[in-house]
Amino acid sequence: MSEIVAGWPILSILTFLPAAGALLILLSRMSARGLNPGYDNGVKLLTLFFTIATFIVSLFAFAAFDAGNPDYQLVENVPWAFGASYAMGVDTLAMSLVMLTTFLTPLCILASWSIEKQVSSYMVLFLVLETLMIGVFCAQDIILFYVFFEGGLIPMFILIGVWGGERRVYAAFKFFLYTLLGSLLMLVAIVAMIAMARAAGIENPSSIPALTAFAQSGGFSPDIQIWLWVAFFASFAVKMPMWPVHTWLPDAHVEAPTAASVVLAAILLKMGGYGFLRFSLPMFPDASHFFTPFVFALSVIAIVWASLVAFRQLDMKKLIAYSSVAHMGFVTMGIFSGNEQGIQGAIFQMLSHGVISGALFLCVGVVYDRMHTREIAFYGGLVHRMPVYAAIFLLFTMGNVGLPGTGGFPGEILTMVGAFQVNAWVAAGAALGVIFSAAYALTLYRKVAFGMIENPKLDAIADLDAREWVTFIPLIIATLVMGFAPSYVLDFTSNSAEAISSAFLGARP
Amino acid sequence: MQFSTEALIVLAPLFAAAFAGLLQRYIGDKVAMGITTASVGLSLALSWPIFLSFIGGEGQERVIELFRFIDVAGFSSIWSVRIDALSAIMLVVVNTVSFLVHVYSIGYMSEDPHRARFFSYLSFFTFSMLALVTANDFLQLFFGWEGVGVASYLLIGFWYQKRSANDAAIKAFVVNRIGDFGFALGIMAAFFCYGSIQFDAVFEAAGADPDLMLGVGDVQFRAVEVIAFLLFIGAMGKSAQFFLHVWLPDAMEGPTPVSALIHAATMVTAGVFMVCRAGELYHLAPLASGFVTIVGATTALFAATIGLAQNDIKRVVAYSTCSQLGYMFFAAGVGAYNAAMFHLFTHAFFKALLFLGAGSVIHGLHHEQDMRHMGGVRKPMPITWALMVIGTLALMGFGIPGIGGFAGFYSKDAIIEAAYASHGIGAQFAFWCGVTAALLTSFYSWRLAFMTFEGRYRGNPDAHHHDAAHGHGHTQEGHEEAASPAAHTDDHHEAHAKPADGSAPAHESPWIMLAPLLVLAAGAIAAGVLFYPYFLGDGADAFWGDAIPLAHGEHHDFPTWVLWAPLIVGLIGFAFAAIFYLWKPGAAKAMAKGPVWAFLYNKWYFDEIYDFIFVKGARAVGDLFWKVGDRKIIDGLGPDGVAASSRFFSRGIRRVQTGFVYHYSFIMLIAAVAFGAYAIFSGIGVAP
Repeated sequence: MSEIVAGWPILSILTFLPAAGALLILLSRMSARGLNPGYDNGVKLLTLFFTIATFIVSLFAFAAFDAGNPDYQLVENVPWAFGASYAMGVDTLAMSLVMLTTFLTPLCILASWSIEKQVSSYMVLFLVLETLMIGVFCAQDIILFYVFFEGGLIPMFILIGVWGGERRVYAAFKFFLYTLLGSLLMLVAIVAMIAMARAAGIENPSSIPALTAFAQSGGFSPDIQIWLWVAFFASFAVKMPMWPVHTWLPDAHVEAPTAASVVLAAILLKMGGYGFLRFSLPMFPDASHFFTPFVFALSVIAIVWASLVAFRQLDMKKLIAYSSVAHMGFVTMGIFSGNEQGIQGAIFQMLSHGVISGALFLCVGVVYDRMHTREIAFYGGLVHRMPVYAAIFLLFTMGNVGLPGTGGFPGEILTMVGAFQVNAWVAAGAALGVIFSAAYALTLYRKVAFGMIENPKLDAIADLDAREWVTFIPLIIATLVMGFAPSYVLDFTSNSAEAISSAFLGARP
Repeated sequence: MQFSTEALIVLAPLFAAAFAGLLQRYIGDKVAMGITTASVGLSLALSWPIFLSFIGGEGQERVIELFRFIDVAGFSSIWSVRIDALSAIMLVVVNTVSFLVHVYSIGYMSEDPHRARFFSYLSFFTFSMLALVTANDFLQLFFGWEGVGVASYLLIGFWYQKRSANDAAIKAFVVNRIGDFGFALGIMAAFFCYGSIQFDAVFEAAGADPDLMLGVGDVQFRAVEVIAFLLFIGAMGKSAQFFLHVWLPDAMEGPTPVSALIHAATMVTAGVFMVCRAGELYHLAPLASGFVTIVGATTALFAATIGLAQNDIKRVVAYSTCSQLGYMFFAAGVGAYNAAMFHLFTHAFFKALLFLGAGSVIHGLHHEQDMRHMGGVRKPMPITWALMVIGTLALMGFGIPGIGGFAGFYSKDAIIEAAYASHGIGAQFAFWCGVTAALLTSFYSWRLAFMTFEGRYRGNPDAHHHDAAHGHGHTQEGHEEAASPAAHTDDHHEAHAKPADGSAPAHESPWIMLAPLLVLAAGAIAAGVLFYPYFLGDGADAFWGDAIPLAHGEHHDFPTWVLWAPLIVGLIGFAFAAIFYLWKPGAAKAMAKGPVWAFLYNKWYFDEIYDFIFVKGARAVGDLFWKVGDRKIIDGLGPDGVAASSRFFSRGIRRVQTGFVYHYSFIMLIAAVAFGAYAIFSGIGVAP
């Protein structure tokens, strides 16, 4: 299959195919057809078509990709203005996150079928968002990366601000303020890095591989690394989100429409982890060593704090959002343990959290579509009316708990194994989260699904329809495959993990 | 991956569970029951030859590897089926009890509308348990460990409309997770110290360098002690040992066949199995073994005291299980792994027998579980009575030294003697706990038998139908038909007329329930005498092979009083039970009013204390972090404080509506572009 795509700029096609779909929708809206009653449905189908096509293209890219090769592959490089270039390329880390993105977006579109307000704008934003997300992972030029990274904020900001719930404006601004302020520091650092690389005579100073090589040859002195590390950290920590800059996430999730929540939890949060792995560890290894205890402390606090807070939530989405904060604590802990188990675990946890938390937000969306509330106390006894839904919800609840056999387990255990080798107390602190997650997730499930139906409004609630079924099936399969045969994923990402780990451990003082 | 019968043993119940679970709507209850029962029957038929090959001394220790589970830089786990004497014992125990429970449940659950789901869970449990016992590394063991945990969660909460069942299910899962916390850290520590999680590699590395030190904080400990200790925390959770025992009695909310299979014969013994599997580590760790001994002995005695005062027939048996598991642990703690496994083996038969017998009584009395409302059941249920007496004799370990006795006699006496002979930490304490607990065991076992079967019937026939004991109360039926069982009321009404001779208005259970009991009773009688030579006697070396470390001391000559002590205290217990519950029931009533009784009846107030400290504590801390930490401090100083304007924004926005957001997003877009341009010009743009 790789012969078919040889010579094609496949990453660019992959990245901009959704944007092309968005453009098509915009053009169609200008024609009089916008008034046609079937128009909205047509837009939905068109969007679904484009996202599925993107997924298929990503499968081609995947086939053309050689997991045994540790270098960046499918590389494209077009010189751009001022020495920066339009450079694309993926390694196994980026490829796995691209696949996650293209896999989840069609499911998000399916989950957005109930949107009735300004459908075409919504779909345009979603397609643009997909382009920007894929772009973040494919970009090989740090300026290009920054443009995609920041650009993703805007469609998400609008999605929350327009299609969100009652306090959507507050949530949208909180989301925007946090993430933008974090990124500005990163921008300054990027500019400084490029200037230094240029001064050192590096030919293409904004290229990520060139910068990495420059950094690993000692281009940034340990003192400078500290400053650069802090600046990047500000941006990635907010994105993760790490404690104590996590409070935007629950608000954003609560107000966001279902599909936006899915994308936010499943993909946007992963950009923080991706950034740590792509920049902080390989480019600033000395500073990363210096800050490891600090990150460990924040990770353990995040796990324990967010788990306990999740236990007290009254809103389903808020509970899952806090559980995301806790799960991301495992990711940062794994990344900064720096060994292969930790980094592999962190990558795996990012992928599995993408699937499981995405599915959990979809589960909330299913009942929200029917009852228009996410209040936990409103529900109860759903298993009697929605047995299929209850079974699926249970599977993903168990995934959230990190049960072996679901995708939630390998990432948690590997990050803890990684951390244990650096500091056993950190692993022990994180393991506390494993206890708490059982408490909050199963309590949520009991309150929503089990018991008797006390609320008469639930008497006629319907089980999953065909569209919802189709949305869940790929996620169920992904969760179980990742649970029983995680080595397929782990083998794929092992090259990147090894490279990052050796770059980091090589700098150990 | 190739086909092998060993793999089929493990996987057949999984396929059946998936088939019955996924297709339950289409295949109907009968097919679901048939296919799950048949699959476990197949596993059973394939397991016994393996076990018998080890009995014959011809067993091949072998590992069948299927495919890689997790493999990251030495942290490597492969889905495997490990066959040795230890796993062969567990295969026959698990499959035998599971098969019998499947058959029994066809009768017991005949009125339940969710039978397909029930059988699917049972088979899923069987698969997880088999994956646990055939593991070749700690991670697969942990997989099975958690798998049986989730099956237990689902089955305790099987009657999910009932709040108490759901709470018990969550309690079981969370308390087990506390144990798993230690277990997982133990696995990490083993990998950190020995660079592997495969059993043989870990044992070999530990044996090669038994004094490897591991720093915990500033203090250095022997690594093998730390690992053994941490793994045992997991065993304490799974096997309901002192401090982590609180979930097991509540687990009786599940249907009785579940209690027999999971909470008596198999899952709760997983901790004992794990300690024996890791015997090579405990063998090197005298301190951790001492801890195992003391916790086991304490549990044996402590749980027995609570068992004295319980009125729910299932709870008595549950505390008895807890206590017997304590015996197994202190046997393992003093290094008598073979005695621990032997007691596990015999206990599976007689405890499953007692549970299923209790289930038969409960079934016969229309879901009455309170022994205060029983009595006079012997006459209407003579077969159940006879079988329960056999189970009781096996549990008290009735037998005459030098001649022979029931199954429990061989295994329990071996444990008590091993503790007496051992010089390990806590061994003498364990010996005295074991003897005292034997007294209490006899008392509560006969108390159960007498309160249930003898005397006059004390129940109120009309009360049954409103008794919440059965999980699906009829009061809920009107609201929720789908979840309630088919009415099992009308045809039983006439049976409620009290017979004149004081016997209970009960009916004997159908043969599909009694047949499994007969098989188990045969085991409760003969499993001891038949298999003693292989587990403990002359054939032990050939039987065990390399599966566990065997103590090769000289044969002890025990003082006569040690040999006879269990029998004598057993008879004393029987005598007291007979006095209080047969001849002077008034004395029992008076005793039940005392403060000691209340203390025991309330289970030493463990639940109340834990609820106050942990449950309320977690809530309070969660609220503190959320309402004070996140809202007041972080948000107050952060976004809300800095931008008090956000309130202003939102007020303004309500007037301008959504168009405003578009404007703002447009401004943001412009800003982002401006920043990008600035980046390019300032950083790179100065180039000529």
